Amino acid sequence: MQPTLHADTHAQASHHEEPGFWQKYIFSTDHKVIGIQYGITGLMFLFLGLCLMSVMRWQMANPGTGVPLVGPLLYHLLGESAVSKTGVISPDLYNAFGAMHGTIMVFLAIVPLAFGAFGNFVTPLQIGAPDMTFPRVNMVSYQFYFMGGILMLASFFIPGGAAKSGWTSYSPLATIADMNLRPNGQTFWIIGMVCLINSSLLGAVNFITTIIQLRAKGLSWMRLPFFCWAQFVTAFLLLLAFPPLEAAAVLQLMDNLLRTSFFLPTGLVVSGKLLHISGGGSPLLWQHLFWFLAHPEVYVLILPGMGIVTEVIANNTRKPIWGYRSMVYSILAIGFLSFIVWAHHMYLTGMGVRIATFFQTTTMVISIPSVVILTALFISLWGGSIRINTPMLFALGFLPMFGIGGLTGLPLGFNASDIHLHDTYYVIAHFHYIVAPGTIFALFAGIYYWYPKATGRMLSEYWGKVHFALSFVFMNLVFMPMFIQGMAGMSRRMYDGGATYASNGDVVGLSPYIIGLNTSVSHAVWALGLAQIPFIINFFWSLNWGKKVTSDNPWEATTLEWQTPTPPPHGNFDKEIEVVRGPYEYSVPGKSRDFTPQNEPDQPEPIPHGNPVRS
Amino acid sequence: MSEPSSSTRTLHVDEHTIEEMRHHMRRYLIVGVALAVGTGLTVWASLINFGSYEINIVVALIIASAKGFLVAGFFMHLISEKKMIYAVLSCTAFFFTGLFFLTLWSMAHENIIQIHLR
Amino acid sequence: MSLINQNPSHMEIPYAVKPRPDTGLYNAKVGIWLFLASEVMLFGALFCSYILMRVNAPEGTWPHHWLNIWMGMTNTIVLIFSSVTVVLSWASLKMGQFKRYKFYQSITILCALAFLGIKSFEYHDKFIHYQVNLKDGRIFDGHLQSAASTTNQFVFKGRFIDKPEELYNPPLEHAEEPPITIAKSDIKIDPTTKQPMMENYGPWHNTYLAIYFTMTGLHALHVIAGCIVIFAIWGPLAKVWEQDPERYVNRVEVSGLFWHFVDLVWIFLFPVLYLL
Ligand code: HEM
Ligand SMILES: [Cu+2]
Repeated sequence: MQPTLHADTHAQASHHEEPGFWQKYIFSTDHKVIGIQYGITGLMFLFLGLCLMSVMRWQMANPGTGVPLVGPLLYHLLGESAVSKTGVISPDLYNAFGAMHGTIMVFLAIVPLAFGAFGNFVTPLQIGAPDMTFPRVNMVSYQFYFMGGILMLASFFIPGGAAKSGWTSYSPLATIADMNLRPNGQTFWIIGMVCLINSSLLGAVNFITTIIQLRAKGLSWMRLPFFCWAQFVTAFLLLLAFPPLEAAAVLQLMDNLLRTSFFLPTGLVVSGKLLHISGGGSPLLWQHLFWFLAHPEVYVLILPGMGIVTEVIANNTRKPIWGYRSMVYSILAIGFLSFIVWAHHMYLTGMGVRIATFFQTTTMVISIPSVVILTALFISLWGGSIRINTPMLFALGFLPMFGIGGLTGLPLGFNASDIHLHDTYYVIAHFHYIVAPGTIFALFAGIYYWYPKATGRMLSEYWGKVHFALSFVFMNLVFMPMFIQGMAGMSRRMYDGGATYASNGDVVGLSPYIIGLNTSVSHAVWALGLAQIPFIINFFWSLNWGKKVTSDNPWEATTLEWQTPTPPPHGNFDKEIEVVRGPYEYSVPGKSRDFTPQNEPDQPEPIPHGNPVRS
Repeated sequence: MSEPSSSTRTLHVDEHTIEEMRHHMRRYLIVGVALAVGTGLTVWASLINFGSYEINIVVALIIASAKGFLVAGFFMHLISEKKMIYAVLSCTAFFFTGLFFLTLWSMAHENIIQIHLR
Repeated sequence: MSLINQNPSHMEIPYAVKPRPDTGLYNAKVGIWLFLASEVMLFGALFCSYILMRVNAPEGTWPHHWLNIWMGMTNTIVLIFSSVTVVLSWASLKMGQFKRYKFYQSITILCALAFLGIKSFEYHDKFIHYQVNLKDGRIFDGHLQSAASTTNQFVFKGRFIDKPEELYNPPLEHAEEPPITIAKSDIKIDPTTKQPMMENYGPWHNTYLAIYFTMTGLHALHVIAGCIVIFAIWGPLAKVWEQDPERYVNRVEVSGLFWHFVDLVWIFLFPVLYLL
């Protein structure tokens, strides 16, 4: 079952009573098992999110025609009110799929993967700790996440279907949807979100405490791998930005179930009828509380990705990261500033000019540290003897994709240009460049990079490269046209893909070319889905038949996670760890090997003069 | 199943600890009385007319903050905590202030809403 | 339940009991403060919402003195008292006096229960408090006497309101009110719902009550949670005192920090909801 490398540890471990299956894999308190639980669940949700969008893309590209294969299946699952017999999905179901696509992707796929899976698996290993500080809290955190996921999934099958007011759930829209049914999809959404928020809060407390308290001897802050810094800042974002959304969720739940009016204004008329509510609430309050979380949340989505990419780049360029310190200060600055830019999502809500200018300014300022990090990573490539393997390909793909995503954010941050671009496909393209070819590529890089540590076997390089090449091409074919559609004025969240607003005789609207892009985008989406097949097969096939690793450190890396047995046992390290150097001491002149692990003691002789490596 | 064999752990209690705790306990009682007095004071202050209602609000908030300071400072030992905790709490205070004032500023501007305090 | 791992395995998490030299803190202490930081943001957002609801309300419609000041004050004192017993119990434990710790902490738990009792009484009082709009244009405001009421007529103790402003500024003291009977047929019919216009003071009544119920409800959940944790350490987990007293003292300290935070929130809730 295990490679024979550490026969002694296993012999020693085997006289402990072996925990049963449930203890070991389901109710485990081991951070690595929990990380893998997060990983598998998150990947499944990632796939589900993609499936929902594939169905929606059919509807957009071919309005009014039934979805082949899946349509009839959905008809049987969800009933006639949601899908016609021929498989045409209803506008309500389209909205529900859209809202759930966003919710699932952000809260059930990317955050759990980037933070829950990689954070859990890698962070304690990288800081030389035996586990998280609160292993049982860690388990509960996963269970909350799981519960949240179940609630979200279950909501598809209740009367009225899942929440259908966008992942932003703006009130009053979210509160008046399915008003005659209570509890409805929105109720499930709110309670599910509360579970997910609690999960993240517990996780954040655990991560921060772990990084503060359990760093190995000698692992000072400036010797911390950048990945750990990224997780540290991410945890703070979750810790302090999520509670206001939790408050907002409680308030919306009150509106939903107890007929209060926190977010409902006086005199609200729905379908020509005055609502019987007390009124006096403020729809804008929801937006403020939501975006107070959701802007930091976008950094929660991207920072762990930057951390993974940094590790992979350092390892495969075989040289120290350029500007490690400035990257650390930048990521701290991002963390700080991300709390005071949120209202750039609300320029069109009629704020005053001065406050809008304030948010425009902070938005521009926060792009500086992001650019610093990206630049440092690009410069790190300079002069390296780069190893091109699958993790590195994904990391290299990340850089320009994140660059495109970030730079296209600037026109959204200026309130003058945002008036034109707000709520169009341009916004969709912008943030997808950051999360999809950005974060998701970083996640893939991480999976290919740490898979050998977790399983003792390598993923296939050949199929990994195929996976990368196809994903890279189709990602761009999916999202690049959306910039064009958005600049032409195509709005997001439209059931018919904008056909209503098409040019018609003398009425100028969206041109056939712009509408026609829907079709090519949809084809690219389905192709992108197919491109994941090599990955899925590779992932499972390699568990049993992948190439075995021949050492605990197959990538010849410097950070501590590679100093453990493979796969790491419960408690992680079988030796005392003392860190004596910085995280990325690659190609140190005068050393016999081109990497020096963080815990490798200095040779007795003095280090040669002119050593370029900072410590 | 049980704790490792090194678990004959004991609590170290010496003269110094006892002296210190006695001192603490006296202080807790004084703070407790001060809090009770503060509570009476807020109620009293809320029932008198200072001429303008805004003053009532400010007075009530000042008393509440003072009481909050006593609880946090003495019961939660914040007056003598470690640097790390101060760092965490100052970040929190900063972001909280941001949430509070930026939200109010965004919504109180240009007559989107008029401010009524009464 | 406990924040500290007791995993039956060969591995031990460092600094679970003893402080880490460079931070001077043991793990759970860092953890609880981080958690409290997030709680500050949670209640902070609610206070922020409160202010917005309040400044949003049309001139003169924000209620004053709808809650019983004396009950609120009693509850404030009860919570403060329980905070004192928490710190006294911790200090006793530090001196090794387990019995005194148990004594003080049992008072804490009783205080928590008293607080919840008073709070439920206040909730109940709001749920039987009705505003009734009559067909003749008058407004009645008072407490339903359900025992004396039938389906066709209701008995209240309350008063008729002359000017609507009076609804929002009821007199602080009022004399014992005689029972008043109102026939269902005298109650005005709401044009949108076609129901009699008789609504109790639940969260749906207006934004003040909405925020009152939300904030105090969430606070009460915290009281319940704190009470359960303190009780668990006091009773079922008391054996840890023999096995590992230092860890036990830490647990008491950490649960105490949570409890003081709950007290702290109430110190702000009381003036904001009852007095201003
Ligand atoms: C680099 C600097 C960035 C700037 C200047 C920026 C700016 C903006 C602005 C102003 C909007 C609102 C556009 C509108 O609704 O009209 C927006 C939307 C969005 N951004 Fe960014 N952004 C940046 C980075 C990021 C990052 C790192 C992410 C991470 C995933 C991200 C994800 C999103 C998302 C999800 C939305 C959509 C919000 C919605 O549904 O309305 N952005 N961005
Ligand atoms: Cu933003």
